[in-house]
Amino acid sequence: MALLEIRNITRRFGEFEAVKDVSFSVESGEFFTLLGPSGCGKTTILRMIAGFDLPDAGQILLDGRDLATTPAEKRPIHTVFQSYALFPHLTVGQNVAFPLRMAGINPGEIRRRVRETLAQVHLDELAEHFPHEISGGQKQRVALARGLVNRPRLLLLDEPLGALDLKLREEMQLELIKLQREVGVTFVFVTHAQPEALALSHRIAVMNQGRVEQLDIPARIYSFPHNRFVADFIGNCNLLQVSVLENREGNLRLAVAGLGEILAAAVADAKPGDLGVLALRPEQIRIGAVDSTASAANSFAGKVRDYLYVGDVTTYQVTLDNGYELTSLRANDTAGRARFFELGDRVRVSWPVEAGHYVRD
Amino acid sequence: MSETSQNRWTRWAISAPPTLFLLAFFLVPALIVVLASFQFPGEFGGLAPLTDPGDGREHGFTLENYQFFSSDFLFTEIFLRSFLVASAATLICLLMAYPVAWLIAKSPKQRRDFLVLLVILPFASNFLIRVYAWMIILGPQAALARLINGVLATFGLEPVSLLFSPFAVLVGMVYVHLPFMILPLYTNLEKHDPVWLDAAEDLGANAWQRFWRVTWPLSLPGVFSGSALVFIPVLGMFAIPDILGGTRDMLIGNLIKDQFLGVRDWPFGATLSIILTLCVLLLAALASWAGRVRRGAS
Repeated sequence: MALLEIRNITRRFGEFEAVKDVSFSVESGEFFTLLGPSGCGKTTILRMIAGFDLPDAGQILLDGRDLATTPAEKRPIHTVFQSYALFPHLTVGQNVAFPLRMAGINPGEIRRRVRETLAQVHLDELAEHFPHEISGGQKQRVALARGLVNRPRLLLLDEPLGALDLKLREEMQLELIKLQREVGVTFVFVTHAQPEALALSHRIAVMNQGRVEQLDIPARIYSFPHNRFVADFIGNCNLLQVSVLENREGNLRLAVAGLGEILAAAVADAKPGDLGVLALRPEQIRIGAVDSTASAANSFAGKVRDYLYVGDVTTYQVTLDNGYELTSLRANDTAGRARFFELGDRVRVSWPVEAGHYVRD
Repeated sequence: MSETSQNRWTRWAISAPPTLFLLAFFLVPALIVVLASFQFPGEFGGLAPLTDPGDGREHGFTLENYQFFSSDFLFTEIFLRSFLVASAATLICLLMAYPVAWLIAKSPKQRRDFLVLLVILPFASNFLIRVYAWMIILGPQAALARLINGVLATFGLEPVSLLFSPFAVLVGMVYVHLPFMILPLYTNLEKHDPVWLDAAEDLGANAWQRFWRVTWPLSLPGVFSGSALVFIPVLGMFAIPDILGGTRDMLIGNLIKDQFLGVRDWPFGATLSIILTLCVLLLAALASWAGRVRRGAS
């Protein structure tokens, strides 16, 4: 039995349907992520799981028990809020002790567990400090410790890394993974940052406009997006408007408006005449000198229109000879090398048949 | 002119007028009162001269006023009664103001300003007039007194007088000072982040615990400033006991006023003022010390 089961929940605010008939389940010990742009309904779902809000229809079950009549204070579910929501009048230690005190645990045990949990998030030294005396990253850890200290069945995290700068955010990501593995508490994580979701999660539910668009492990979400939205939202992607010409012998012959004919790996349900998109990741498109011999099935010549150097890789905007635009990416694997091609360089882009992922519209 | 010295000059220019005003009209008069409390009264009010006028009159400095205060327990009793009335008025104001302030802070933003306006609306009319209104409301011919005495009569009890009683004084004190409690409490509660209560609820606190463990401790600064704004003026108030109180409801304010305007014993009035000020300062020091100890201990 799944630890948490969301069954067909719907939530309306007036005319607006924030969550539309959403179902999914979260297994015990899982790091589950709700990923989507702001306003997609992910936070609304989180608030309903926490008990701050009730669905208009559908059920939320924890260990098979319907939570509808259980108020937030009685649910064995804690939340790490985006703003941390630390109590400003209590010290770090007292903040972490709060849920234990509410549970009526004896003072000696409280002290022991607070110390233990603070050690887990490397804050032993700061127990006597007040929230206004510590940094954002430290507040984040206090909020985590407070949420985990009495071992909830479920820890909900609402964009907890949103307020941290990039370096700290990456550090905290690694720590979150480690912490979750150590304490074994099930995490339901909400974020709009797709790299974060890919890095942290066991499974991701990609949401848009109140619906779950795709629910899968990160690698499949990235490589095999179910639809145009997922392909576009996760990572960078070349989205080619295609119509199916032929589907046989393991190959899909596609016509791309403005580009010509290309080949892709076959999918079972594609029929000639179908319209769709081919999702092609920039790192799947090889870029080379124009005179390099292209062995790949799909090969086009063009010119570098623009590039973006980000350190480890450089992305190239290539304008093909027929005017079509593609984005390609190449790792800067030679020291001191910022790019392989200059603006206006003649280049050849190519990708193998199996590279793209066809999605029916 | 360097920028820092220009800043310094600006700071002086801005702070000089209020500083001079306070020096001239607060500090100097306060020192005169201190001085007066160690002098003899003049023959027809005022103060006796400090130097010998040569006609055998009392002059110079004396501790007589303070000795007089301690010689009669009546004065201490009036002090204690005043502190009791001020404490009661403060407590009642707090109990009444807290829910009001909380409701205003919780109401939608567009409505808050209007509600605050309602709280301060009584200031639009003179407070003496409003206290006189209570004379009518509490008077023996008013509906309230008739109702109460009617109920008492059915049980065969003697009728009571609402007006000219400690009750009337307390009603007047609470009525006049309630906004001074509501406003600082509202200012404090309005700044509370609702997510604190969400977090408390999420972490297992019930409604009662959410109030006592989160809202109340975080509202203490508002509670303290509201209490000070009620307690101190009530302590010195003479108009309300004059109008609504009976002859036995004299408070320090009345006593001090009488020394200056009735008995014309300025030095003793000054002495009473000084003792009152010292009591209030002592209380304030105790409160801040208690606050520090609390924070240190927790």
